Amino acid sequence: MENIQFVIEKSARIQKLIDELYAKMPEIESARGLLVTESYKTTEALPIIKRRSAAFAHILRNIPIVIRNNELVVGSATVAPRGCQVFPEYSYEWLEAEFETVATRAADPFYISEKTKEELRGAYPYWKGKTCSDLAKENMAPEAYEAFVTHGIYTPGNYFYNGIGHVNVSYDKILKKGYRGIIAEAQEALDKLYVSDPEYVQRTNFLTAVIESCEAVVDYARRYAKLAKEMALKEKCPVRKAELEKIASNCMHVPEFPAADFHEACQSFWFIQLLLQVESSGHSISPGRFDQYMYPYYKKDLDAGKITQEQAQELIDCIWVKLNDINKVRDAGSADGFAGYGMFQNLIVGGQDIHGLDATNDLSYMCLEASMHVPLPQPSISIRVWNGTPDSLMIKAAALTRLGTGLPAYYNDEVMIPSIMARGLTLEDARDYCIIGCVEPQKGGKTDGWHDAAFFNMCRPMELVFSNGVDKGVKIGPDTGDVTQMRTFEEFYEAYKTQQSYFIKLLVNANNAIDVAHATRCPLPFQSCMVEDCIGRGKSLQEGGAIYNFTGPQGFGIANNTDGLLAIRKLVFEDKTVTMTELRDAINANFGYGLQGKAAERVTSEIACELAKEGVEINETAIRMIYDEVTTANALEPTLRARYREIKRLIDETCPKYGNDIYEADMFARDVANTYTKEVEKYKNPRGGIFQAGLYPVSANVPLGAQTGATPDGRLAFTPIADGIGPASGRDKKGPTATANSVAKLEQGIASNGTLLNQKFHPSALAGMSGLTKFVALIRSYFDQKGMHMQFNVVTRETLLDAQKNPEKYKTLVVRVAGYSALFTTLSRSLQDDIINRTEQGF
Amino acid sequence: MSYYNTKGRIFNIQRFSIHDGPGIRTIVFFKGCFMRCAWCCNPESQSYDIQQMTEKGTVKTVGQDVTVAELLPELLADTAYYRRSGGGITLSGGEILGQPDFARDLLRACKENGLHTAVESTGNAPYENIEKILPYLDLYLMDIKHMDSEKHKEYTAAPNGLILENAKKLANSGVELVIRTPVVPGFNDTAEEIKAIAKFAASLPGVKEHHLLPYHRLGQDKYDGLNRNYALKGIEPPTKERMEYLLSVAEESGLKCQIGG
Repeated sequence: MENIQFVIEKSARIQKLIDELYAKMPEIESARGLLVTESYKTTEALPIIKRRSAAFAHILRNIPIVIRNNELVVGSATVAPRGCQVFPEYSYEWLEAEFETVATRAADPFYISEKTKEELRGAYPYWKGKTCSDLAKENMAPEAYEAFVTHGIYTPGNYFYNGIGHVNVSYDKILKKGYRGIIAEAQEALDKLYVSDPEYVQRTNFLTAVIESCEAVVDYARRYAKLAKEMALKEKCPVRKAELEKIASNCMHVPEFPAADFHEACQSFWFIQLLLQVESSGHSISPGRFDQYMYPYYKKDLDAGKITQEQAQELIDCIWVKLNDINKVRDAGSADGFAGYGMFQNLIVGGQDIHGLDATNDLSYMCLEASMHVPLPQPSISIRVWNGTPDSLMIKAAALTRLGTGLPAYYNDEVMIPSIMARGLTLEDARDYCIIGCVEPQKGGKTDGWHDAAFFNMCRPMELVFSNGVDKGVKIGPDTGDVTQMRTFEEFYEAYKTQQSYFIKLLVNANNAIDVAHATRCPLPFQSCMVEDCIGRGKSLQEGGAIYNFTGPQGFGIANNTDGLLAIRKLVFEDKTVTMTELRDAINANFGYGLQGKAAERVTSEIACELAKEGVEINETAIRMIYDEVTTANALEPTLRARYREIKRLIDETCPKYGNDIYEADMFARDVANTYTKEVEKYKNPRGGIFQAGLYPVSANVPLGAQTGATPDGRLAFTPIADGIGPASGRDKKGPTATANSVAKLEQGIASNGTLLNQKFHPSALAGMSGLTKFVALIRSYFDQKGMHMQFNVVTRETLLDAQKNPEKYKTLVVRVAGYSALFTTLSRSLQDDIINRTEQGF
Repeated sequence: MSYYNTKGRIFNIQRFSIHDGPGIRTIVFFKGCFMRCAWCCNPESQSYDIQQMTEKGTVKTVGQDVTVAELLPELLADTAYYRRSGGGITLSGGEILGQPDFARDLLRACKENGLHTAVESTGNAPYENIEKILPYLDLYLMDIKHMDSEKHKEYTAAPNGLILENAKKLANSGVELVIRTPVVPGFNDTAEEIKAIAKFAASLPGVKEHHLLPYHRLGQDKYDGLNRNYALKGIEPPTKERMEYLLSVAEESGLKCQIGG
């Protein structure tokens, strides 16, 4: 009925692979953790870079390997499907503390056996004081550490506890040259090195570490070749036997040597992708422009009649399944922020080539098709859009969007390319950008982007204006004066900027402290050998080996702060219907409303603890009374409570709100966003690069919102903060075009670490070819107005409500959370509610 | 006085509308209607008076008087979307022919700004009022609800004579004309009734499309909000199968038919 290009049937193998992968809860395994510990104990005399390669080699030669049923592309980090290894060299205390709860927690549970716990408990003492995280903490200025850990103004927790990841390596180079080629390159650099070179020692160490790592990778592939051969010998079914023999021959040949055919290219790709995630715990290892670097192998086989489109599709589908086999356990707090077992392996199709011409090819369509065949969170598939993007590819993408997995995300070349050029990329490099993780652009194979460096909660500096820099009874921010004495709106706005700028400074300190810790304790020779110009410079990525170096911390809360500032301007300074004192008190009293859910429980227990400290006897009745007061706000004097509620009503109903295509409000939001982006870009990182801001919260707007009191935009305490650069939840009343027009007014290009606009649609808005065409027009129109990114949830509210009630029925329901897609039922309840409450657009 | 100052009464503006004319459109809903269709999903559109309606517990005022100049910026706000999608402006109601001068001047302003224009209308008004808007109109979405005048009157409070007569005139006027039929169980959801409408539509010169719009109940709560009785209580929307059957019946006329707008 609908003429959508390249509809290729899904092979029966793919569903079998998916079913096996999702048969049980993912498991934590100990092998890597034990092997890295074992190796570290024997290499204490070596320089760190060689300790890293020795450990990597030791892991790859000894970690258990497995070929799963029906696989055509092999290589798994864990024996258990979707299992995860651990990385104690980064941090471990949190996991040890959560051994007993990790299997039963709400977000991203993992099974862990008693044996694994025992083994890891045995290994952990070695790491005391030696982890990357330990050093990062030592490196940090005390006030920067406090603002992060105690006050939660920002959180760089991701890199504080884990590897960096967030990279797109030169897959094309490995496919073309093999690791034998890399080894030769490193050897050549070694040979050329003068003994008198001032960096002789560092360079030699790095290059030999590269060679050792690459040799280990070759050996690892050969272990698979051997296993496949053994399995083939035992295999009765002739079809599977032949498959195993091909797997064995593939693994003997790649990734050591150049890929000879498409199947080998797929296998080679997979080893790169997998082993980057064995070397380090960093997520967002992004395949990038897969349709571009895989195309020559596909085309060659297709032209030679060696492969059919169906066979190529099946191989791509197999890789899609494998991308979901990689997993990562995070601490409970981070699991809330990155909910949905997110690995953020971003793979992008389409867009321009380095000459500025359209790069769409068969594989662009087939990648989208693969995401239809494999409706799982990985890969985070994206599409680059420009005027030359064929409508047929857009329609195909829209048809994928309609399935409701939240994929693909759409990116606008016309904003991205100038945006990253302004950060120093050459025109050709900028045209060749891909997306890392959630929404972050980089030129693959040349960049250490440190995207996702931290979440900065812009609502917190605003809170500190009301308290004159005091949080939890401690003065942590600058003195901006008594808020009730402020005479003009400008004075208030300046105070906000002062508070925010101060904490951006601390954020920079925290990021750079962590950065140095990674260079000191966890340089990555394997990852580095696939990013220019590490081999040429003879140093790792973590030490500044890349051509382009950035640090990208992302701010969020633009919508709340904009609406709040507009309300303050109107009610306090223009209409004078509310005094600043009243507003402050109303905010502190949560506008006269009680707290709900977890926040209510938390505050109840805090109050109970306080009272107990004061010697008050706390029994069940007392706790119930406190809880009642907390949830109802009944303790407030009734006239005050009524007044506070009236103030909220005035804010809700009479003040302009960002997201409704109101010029004045939107331009104000632009200014608010710039208070963050233009401040962040003033700073430099230790790798010789600059800071660049992103504007997106991943899903941290929910957990970090849960630490943020009521805000002057009428948002109640501890509820989610606005998502991405979109309007605050429920504040947009005029539909998707008005929202997009508003958001397009932000200066998005300056947020060169990425921006994020979530839109939610009812599937009926995309019904039929006519629905798809209009949907594509909507995206193109937003992009005409310089929107940078757009993504969509297409699922009915009823479905989501039903999924909350009957999670067992919806084990594979995927929704777009922030920069990535996640399994809905694995998200925390509050994040589920947030997704449900996002204004449903499309009438 | 410039036609930009012409004043009219509307009750809603709906952006990103994708079911009422080609592309992405903004719909302006006129207040006041000549008919009283039992299934009407916008009962607040019927009276020309500005009214109070309770919605989700809060009382809101329905209806406002605006000039063309006041309205225009919001209609132009989505120009980027019209351009990409081939969309534009649709005037709906109510019945736009109740305010023919306002409709004409609004359409004229839209045309001057390069927008594609459409109206949704029953055409139940003197033809001279229709003629007023034609110079500025690209597409006329015309409702033909029933071929039997008696039954038409029973369910809409108006006979269909003038409507059918105007349809014939419109078909000869050169404007693009699409015939639309709300399919309402108990009113016109039999094969015979749909067939009769389709046959009439096909007899009109220039008409290429006939759209069948399945009855829905989304407006039911508004009747409560206006303290009015909803006459079709208990009537279920037609099933998908029923709609597809009726579509196949309509298609016998040779016109391009579809379910939904």
